[in-house]
Amino acid sequence: MSSIPPDVASQTRPVGVQIDGVTKRFGDATALHEAWLKIGQGEFMTLLGPSGCGKTTLLNLIAGFLEADGGEIFVSGSLMTETPPYDREIGVVFQNYALFPHMSVAKNVGYGLRMRGVPKREIEQRVAEALALVKLAAFGDRKPRQLSGGQQQRVALARALVIRPKVLLLDEPFSALDKNLRGSMQVELKEIQRKLGVTTIFVTHDQSEALSMSDRIAVMSDGRIRQVGTPDEIYRRPLDPFVAAFVGDVNVLPARLERRLGDMATVALGEGRVQVRAETLDGLVPGAAVDLFVRPDAMRFADADGVLAGTVATHVYQGSHVDVLVDVPAARGGRVTVRVPGHEAPGRWPAGAHVSLDFAAGDAVAFASDAK
Amino acid sequence: MRRRLIPARIGERILKVAGWSVVALIVAFIILPAVVVAISAFNDRAILTFPPQSWSLRWFRRAFTYRDFAVGFQNGLIITAFASSIALVVGAGFAFAIDRYSFRGKRALEAMLTSPLVIPHFTIGLGFLILAAQVHATRTFALVIVCHVVLVLPFVMRSVYVSLRNLDGRLELAAASLGARPGMALWTVTLPLLIPGLFSGWLFAAILSFNEFTASLFVTAQATQTLPVAMYNYVREYADPTLAALSVIYIVVTAGLLTLANQFLGLGKVLNVEHAR
Repeated sequence: MSSIPPDVASQTRPVGVQIDGVTKRFGDATALHEAWLKIGQGEFMTLLGPSGCGKTTLLNLIAGFLEADGGEIFVSGSLMTETPPYDREIGVVFQNYALFPHMSVAKNVGYGLRMRGVPKREIEQRVAEALALVKLAAFGDRKPRQLSGGQQQRVALARALVIRPKVLLLDEPFSALDKNLRGSMQVELKEIQRKLGVTTIFVTHDQSEALSMSDRIAVMSDGRIRQVGTPDEIYRRPLDPFVAAFVGDVNVLPARLERRLGDMATVALGEGRVQVRAETLDGLVPGAAVDLFVRPDAMRFADADGVLAGTVATHVYQGSHVDVLVDVPAARGGRVTVRVPGHEAPGRWPAGAHVSLDFAAGDAVAFASDAK
Repeated sequence: MRRRLIPARIGERILKVAGWSVVALIVAFIILPAVVVAISAFNDRAILTFPPQSWSLRWFRRAFTYRDFAVGFQNGLIITAFASSIALVVGAGFAFAIDRYSFRGKRALEAMLTSPLVIPHFTIGLGFLILAAQVHATRTFALVIVCHVVLVLPFVMRSVYVSLRNLDGRLELAAASLGARPGMALWTVTLPLLIPGLFSGWLFAAILSFNEFTASLFVTAQATQTLPVAMYNYVREYADPTLAALSVIYIVVTAGLLTLANQFLGLGKVLNVEHAR
């Protein structure tokens, strides 16, 4: 698979967290294969991947809850290998929040300050500030169980931030919230993070959450970092078929590499010819089988001379857009999704209509075919 | 159609009544002995007949004033206090070790947790009596206490172990990330959350120890006899309702203590792994 060079993101800001070839094994299973990653100070980095991809393992290694089997982790330039979790100055928000059930909200938030021997007056003041930051100023005397899930979430965030951590780690913090609340918490977290400028590492399996919140995303699978980039790079220029398929919806069209010319390559899709970037086709010779990945929103209906022909099967109304499902014999799975803004698609392209499909040059990405 | 509906409804009713009757019968059988004993305690006559012909509180007076009972009660308190407290410390240590670490003999310890009933009490009592005879310690409190510790240890371990299992490990990680050293995290987070489990373990140990008879019969002497042993000795000489009166006092006090404990600590939570959280 494509390996990520350590300097993949040439950052202008100083490095907040640096992961140098970190490996972690559990018995015979390798949870993390030599991960390399540089996270800039104040950056919002998301580790995105399906469950079991190693993202939480990496988070636990940074927090110091696990010991790496190889490689090194630096926080603000200091090597963390010998530093126990209680000396790392890293704030953690857990998936289930892990609030101390026997302490009031204020005691929970002030816990880290008490452990540091901060004077009582200052603790009170900083706890009040932290609770105000998460809009829970009036809730200091409550017990965690008296709060809703969203409120517990904020307490956990305040507790992690009040110690002014060098890094904030969040492990799937929104997975227990319902969809509406999740959306507003995402916006709120992003605003707080920007305001405080704290280096943040956010773990999620939810690609839309990753795309909407992150400065950069590291997509992971099978214990490996597949690609690191801005949300737009990840979405539009995936370097790896896994990344292309995991982030966003995708249509897969079997095709054949025709020729390469510098940075670009020409791919034969039936009778049509498609220009793609050559960066994802290393090592392939003309004639090799490739898969073309095209997003549903990049597909469009052509008048008659599109590269694909098919029959409209059905429509999926999604409010702001309509997904038109088209039976295309040439596509992987025999079907292609075309995303059309607005609500007029069913009228213009009714079920059973024969249609021609097309997409703009540059909207398709080609990878070596994994079909045997 | 109509004619068949009505018998079906009646059948349903009969089933319902039958169900309730079975439950009532079961409950009745469970509390029947206690009820019979409680009523007998108020019998005026000096024999254990049922139902009583005339009523009196004299056997309660005798239960409180009979010297062997007073001594047995006192001995029982001393033995119970030491035995349950020692068992709590040792059992909690074992439970902690089993929950957190892997070591040789862990399986054996776990087996102790899950099968405390394999060795009969009289075997344990007899074993300790033989051992104590070797060192001429058959008349000591230490012998009774050690024997009781062994008897109640599995129950304490189980109770603490269940509470430890129910504890969310991430709480300690959260404490660590906030700057708490392991000892501090234990003191400020783990221990406070374990208190109900520790207390209920201690309480069970205390009740078991205080009530224990079979092994105690072997390991107690005249000077160290506990209340159940004193009661056994009493019933060999007298057949009056004093023991019934004592039983009533026993039940009332134990029920009172358990209710108090439940009120303050919510024992229901720590008795069952599945129920917690």
